[in-house]
Amino acid sequence: MIAGRSHKARILGSIGLYGAVAAYVIFALFPLFWTLKISVTPQSLLYSEGITLWPSSATWENYKTVLRATDFPRYFLNSVIVSVVTAVLVTIIASAAGYAMSRFSFRGKTTVAVTLLLTQTFPLVMVIPPIYRIMGELGLTNSLTGLIIIYTAFNIAFATFLMQSFFDGIPKDLEEAAMIDGCSRSQALRRVIIPLTLPGMGATLGFVFTAAWSELLFALMLISSDSQKTFAVGLLTFIGKFAVDWGQMMAASVLALIPACLFFGFLQRYLVTGLTAGAVKG
Amino acid sequence: MAMQSTAALTPQQERRASSRRRFSAAFEPWLYLSPALVLLLVVLVVPLIFGVSYSFRKFSAFKSDYVGLAQYKALLSDPVLGQALMNTLWWTVASLFLQFFLGLGLALLLDRPFFGKKVVQAIVFLPWAVPSFLSGLTWAWLFNPIVGPLPHWLFALGLKSEPTNILSDPATAMWGPIIANVWFGVPFFAITLLAALKSIPSELHEAAAIDGANPWQRFTRVTLPFLAPTIAITVMLRTIWIATFADLIYVMTEGGPAGSTNTVATYIYVSAFKTLDKGYASAVAVLLLALLILYAVVLIRIRRSLVRYS
Repeated sequence: MIAGRSHKARILGSIGLYGAVAAYVIFALFPLFWTLKISVTPQSLLYSEGITLWPSSATWENYKTVLRATDFPRYFLNSVIVSVVTAVLVTIIASAAGYAMSRFSFRGKTTVAVTLLLTQTFPLVMVIPPIYRIMGELGLTNSLTGLIIIYTAFNIAFATFLMQSFFDGIPKDLEEAAMIDGCSRSQALRRVIIPLTLPGMGATLGFVFTAAWSELLFALMLISSDSQKTFAVGLLTFIGKFAVDWGQMMAASVLALIPACLFFGFLQRYLVTGLTAGAVKG
Repeated sequence: MAMQSTAALTPQQERRASSRRRFSAAFEPWLYLSPALVLLLVVLVVPLIFGVSYSFRKFSAFKSDYVGLAQYKALLSDPVLGQALMNTLWWTVASLFLQFFLGLGLALLLDRPFFGKKVVQAIVFLPWAVPSFLSGLTWAWLFNPIVGPLPHWLFALGLKSEPTNILSDPATAMWGPIIANVWFGVPFFAITLLAALKSIPSELHEAAAIDGANPWQRFTRVTLPFLAPTIAITVMLRTIWIATFADLIYVMTEGGPAGSTNTVATYIYVSAFKTLDKGYASAVAVLLLALLILYAVVLIRIRRSLVRYS
């Protein structure tokens, strides 16, 4: 295919290729690297050394302070509770819905699919004013339960499409064969389909966890008591409340990145399925 | 177990069994769908209807009064909204343009073989997993001259006369959230376009190469037509998503300075949550929804006419 191109052109081509790759890698990593760098910079060196790529001496002091002397462990725990419960609920509900969409043909199916698609593209800012008010009247402000209900609803449509695509990937013959062999539909589901869909459920769990972990606006609006704050809200109010302690703030940010990165490592394989099943995170 | 075999059933039993089967076949999918549908109805559809009704009411501390179209009339003469609409347009177009072309470039790169590709792919997709509030904060810090390098670099390059924060200058502030948004959104386009690229049969490229097509011709005649459907749908979804995405701007500038980064989405959020004007915020939200529906309809029309004539 590349016959006829000179040796020189090929070298220039690969320099261009690796140059472009390097540019993308630096662009992706630099902001995260910088946050990490400030988080290990001692307060005393922050201003005196100016802009350097790495401080002359690094410290864990900021992390220790954040973990011991602030409310961040509490916020972290709240975020874990909200994200895990939301992810589990969504995965169960969406697995059922995705199974129905994948394995049955029934009247109204197209309407359901279109409705799900519409809520998927639906701008969430639309419901900010009414949800703020409704949640207040129901007494669900300042509670993690309120957040879990909202996040579960927001993630259902996308997760249903995702689960449907995983169910579609399992040949129908498999469960039909099981049913011919005397299994009922529910037995076929339990013994054949669910074991094969477990990786898909894992992926859905991960996507929803990441989305719930990242949510800020609704949490900021609905939560004001310190004991119920999620990590995002805690970090943002931390900035407003104290004279800015850069090192601690960035140490807290690096801590918030850890669960997201862990799930990302796990989700890598499913990114394509996930992002084509519907735009994740909106 | 002879009873269960069809041969042993009387015609009557058989009829009853088959009608039960038909009933359960019609009922079963709805049983599985109901939790999802109920939740969507209660948390999205009902609030949406409430929101539309709020737009006709004026809220004060303990009561609300029906004011008809008064708030929609107020929209027309609201200078903040006018500016927010222009800001939304600029924010959406600039973010989308940069995300799309950088994402396409990345997808084309990752479609070629090179050394260390697996690691590179993991790194360049990582920003997608970073929570949006952290993306916003991280970039806000990079633009801050106290802890961030960017003002100093811009100064050294002669792009700025002094190393100040671009976020505190109304003329340049919008670039902050736009750059953060591009950083955060490139992986989305790269991943979806890469998936589409992989579905192009390699024979097509080889045939085009044998026919003497140069790389650019192969790109425009083979690759692009194949990507077109993916591009159309992702661009549409992404436009709606970016236009209503308030997190980054709220975290980085809260719409300031002097309203220079205030978009319709942040305006709705601030009106509902900070100034507690839920009625007016709802009217703005209805306007935004109407504009987005208009956009989607126009785009779908254009796409249909393109398909017809090509």
